[in-house]
Amino acid sequence: MNHIDWFPRKLGIISLVLLVITWGGVLAQAPKDVLSADSLGAPAPAPPTNVRVIDKPNDAGHGLIIRWDLSADDTSGLKNVDRYEVLRSDAPDGEFISRGIVFRGVNEYEDVDDMKPTASSPNPNYMAEGSTWFYKVVALSNQQVYSEPSEIVVGTTRENLFHWGKLPILIAVIIFTAYLLNFIISAKKGKKLYIRPLAGIDAVDDAIGRATEMGKPILFILGLGTAADIATIAGFTILSRVAKKTAEYQTRVLVPVQDPVVLAVAQETVRTAYLEAGRPDQYNSDNIFYVTAMQFPYVAAVNSIMLREKPATNFYMGLFYAESLLLAETGNIAGSIQISGTDQIAQLPFFVAATDFTLIGEELYAASAYLSQEPVQLGTLKAQDYTKAIIMIIIILGAIAITGKWTFIRDIITIHL
Amino acid sequence: MKREIPLLIVGISGFAMLIQYFIPTDWSEFIFTYAQDWVIVIGILALPLGIWSLVKANVEKLKVPGERFYSAVLLIGFLVMVLTGLKRESLEYGTTFMTIFTNVLIPIQATIFSLLAFFIASAAYRAFRARSVLATILLLTAFIIMFRFIPLGPISTVNLSAVAWTLSVPNMAAKRAIMMGIGLGATATAIKIILGIERTYMGHD
Amino acid sequence: MRDFLEKMMLIDRRWIYLAIGLAVIIPAIKSFHVPVAVSPEVRKVYDFVDDAKPGEYIFLCFDYNPSTMAEMNPMAYAILNQAFNKDLKVILVTLDQFGAGMVEEIATRVAANHKKVLGEDYCFLGYRPYPAIVILAMGIDFRVPFPADYYGTPLDSMSVMQGIKNFYDVKGVIEITGGSTADFWIIYGNGRYDFPLALGLTGVMSADYYQYLQSGQIFGIIPGVKGAAEYETIVIFPGEGMARMPYQVIAHIVILLFIIISNVAYFASRKKKGKLGGGV
Repeated sequence: MNHIDWFPRKLGIISLVLLVITWGGVLAQAPKDVLSADSLGAPAPAPPTNVRVIDKPNDAGHGLIIRWDLSADDTSGLKNVDRYEVLRSDAPDGEFISRGIVFRGVNEYEDVDDMKPTASSPNPNYMAEGSTWFYKVVALSNQQVYSEPSEIVVGTTRENLFHWGKLPILIAVIIFTAYLLNFIISAKKGKKLYIRPLAGIDAVDDAIGRATEMGKPILFILGLGTAADIATIAGFTILSRVAKKTAEYQTRVLVPVQDPVVLAVAQETVRTAYLEAGRPDQYNSDNIFYVTAMQFPYVAAVNSIMLREKPATNFYMGLFYAESLLLAETGNIAGSIQISGTDQIAQLPFFVAATDFTLIGEELYAASAYLSQEPVQLGTLKAQDYTKAIIMIIIILGAIAITGKWTFIRDIITIHL
Repeated sequence: MKREIPLLIVGISGFAMLIQYFIPTDWSEFIFTYAQDWVIVIGILALPLGIWSLVKANVEKLKVPGERFYSAVLLIGFLVMVLTGLKRESLEYGTTFMTIFTNVLIPIQATIFSLLAFFIASAAYRAFRARSVLATILLLTAFIIMFRFIPLGPISTVNLSAVAWTLSVPNMAAKRAIMMGIGLGATATAIKIILGIERTYMGHD
Repeated sequence: MRDFLEKMMLIDRRWIYLAIGLAVIIPAIKSFHVPVAVSPEVRKVYDFVDDAKPGEYIFLCFDYNPSTMAEMNPMAYAILNQAFNKDLKVILVTLDQFGAGMVEEIATRVAANHKKVLGEDYCFLGYRPYPAIVILAMGIDFRVPFPADYYGTPLDSMSVMQGIKNFYDVKGVIEITGGSTADFWIIYGNGRYDFPLALGLTGVMSADYYQYLQSGQIFGIIPGVKGAAEYETIVIFPGEGMARMPYQVIAHIVILLFIIISNVAYFASRKKKGKLGGGV
């Protein structure tokens, strides 16, 4: 090979290497750099079309929903769409800022900002009720190339006076209340209502009698809830019945509590029960006392009461957490008969294993009706049972419908929060 | 009137909060957070009641020979924590208050919590007996769930699938059923309170 | 033998406590390795992190405090180690008011082991109250609730946060909690923004969240210390989860033995009563 043929070949190779290095240098740019469709030949996707803005339903007027038709290059054409970016401005010719990104195939974005600006945390993006905003949508390709923006559309936020997504709840509450009132009226008219027996409730009288015979006190624990918790309120109603019976039998009832408001209500409940039993002089407010608000110190205190006083009967009626087994087992060590009830599903197995009788979930709320046997209270239990029957029918029909791929039942009862 | 006014307050405020749930506006949200804030305020205002009850009961127990030791410990601990915790800076790490909290209270709480391990064993020993068909099902399910902690080679793989199925299917079915019952019971109790049918919490003259 | 079994029926519970006490003391004196079978729901969390490519982002939320540290720390360490091993970029946050100091310690320690640099390889956003609002805001932009990180450094000045705006820019979210924030992540996080979500939970809580696994709202669960041990097994990271397994295994074996003995004793006493005509 002579040197004249060799040189062009070497020059060609060097040029090719330089071209590759240059090409690589361009390709190695930061991935978020926006590249125009002209440079490097990466095509821009087609823009989304038919962009429209509607007010976000069922809100306080701090959101808008932006919808569009997918880019022609989303699932067909170039098929190079990676995401869509929604841009917003407060004026049609103002600066558009990015509000959010959704993946390809998605043609809707909810723009919401209800964080009211304050002096310490200003929020320029706050969407006040009745505010007007301008939107456009762009498609972004998987090579970081933006499409042309869509047309600019405008939307105004509006507050809604009723949350239509919660309509199934309202209908359910109305139906349930109607059943409740119907059975209450029937019961008041003297109609006899059958309710199935509950072992835990039937054992209450025997348990109180046991304490009287043994000359030992009764320990009533309302749990760790506050006076606003339904389980604690159910506990108060049971405490009232138990206290009335203990007043009649002249048995001491101890009620250690862990919330000051619960203390006040419990004291009033027991005092009233003693009054109704005709034994107001026997009421001693020192028997209903505050211990501590913390969980395990409360358990330690109640356990020590159990081991020292050795109550004949323990009632656990209310909201319990991890301390349920600690209390129940210590009651076992003390030799007490134990009746429990809670709506905390995670604690039910512990009570079932460690106490003699357990009221599961709604049986705790029903205990008041069982103990009083008042027709009005029993009427509410029947209403619950009939409502449960309706729910079971809806579940069965819904399961059959979904199996057959009919979604109308699911769509009717779905709640959109 | 002594009973009617509280019933009216309960009825009106209960009904108002029920209506509030379905109205998504800002003023509705304000009513909700305002009411929640007042629940917290009432709880704080009631705290002196609780403290008074605790201190009174234990001061009286100081007079009783057999019970004065633990009451003395409680009152001394109470005073120490109140005095060391008076300043706002007490909540920072390194202060006496936080040192006592971290090195005394937290280990004691952990100790009480750890008693669960022992109590679970004794409760299981007593409760998991095949007395009836349902008790036997409970026992077998407990075995399946507990076996996942014990390495049994290839049996563990089968057991893990059984555990996942048990937790996902029958466990969930039962929980959902109980939750529905609880929901209805809670709703019924709340409606009874709002309508004034349930009044035991109110007491009597 | 039958008399012995009958006595076992009425055994003083202190013998049971002694047995459990020994069961937890013996592994402390002489530990041993426990082979752990990996459950599918834990494997899915591991696979999710393992499938990520170097440089991809993962969002970790450690919503627990010192009271549940014993159960949660092992899984936190294991996941963070795996993420750094794979050279993933990690964004950390906590929604528990007592958790910030603890999360900072974990992040600093693990990052130092892997020579990862704060601001370049990972970011710790810190703590903000009101989990639901924070999650919703992060779905718009992380900078809305967290304009700066835990140390006060503006997010826009950190290279690790360049081009990362919200959940759509991360591969997915793994939340480790001992409280109720799991519900917020499911409702306001996955429910609103539809990103992949996995949970690390205490043993007691985990039973309640299998329904979300079933419905597809979460793709994996790490349940308690056992789940953490399973994760450490796959990741091959000898951590506290594996260290605690001997205690769990022995304690469970002891409890199971007692249950078996009590049932044998129960049936033996029933047979005796049946023979004597006393009935059950």
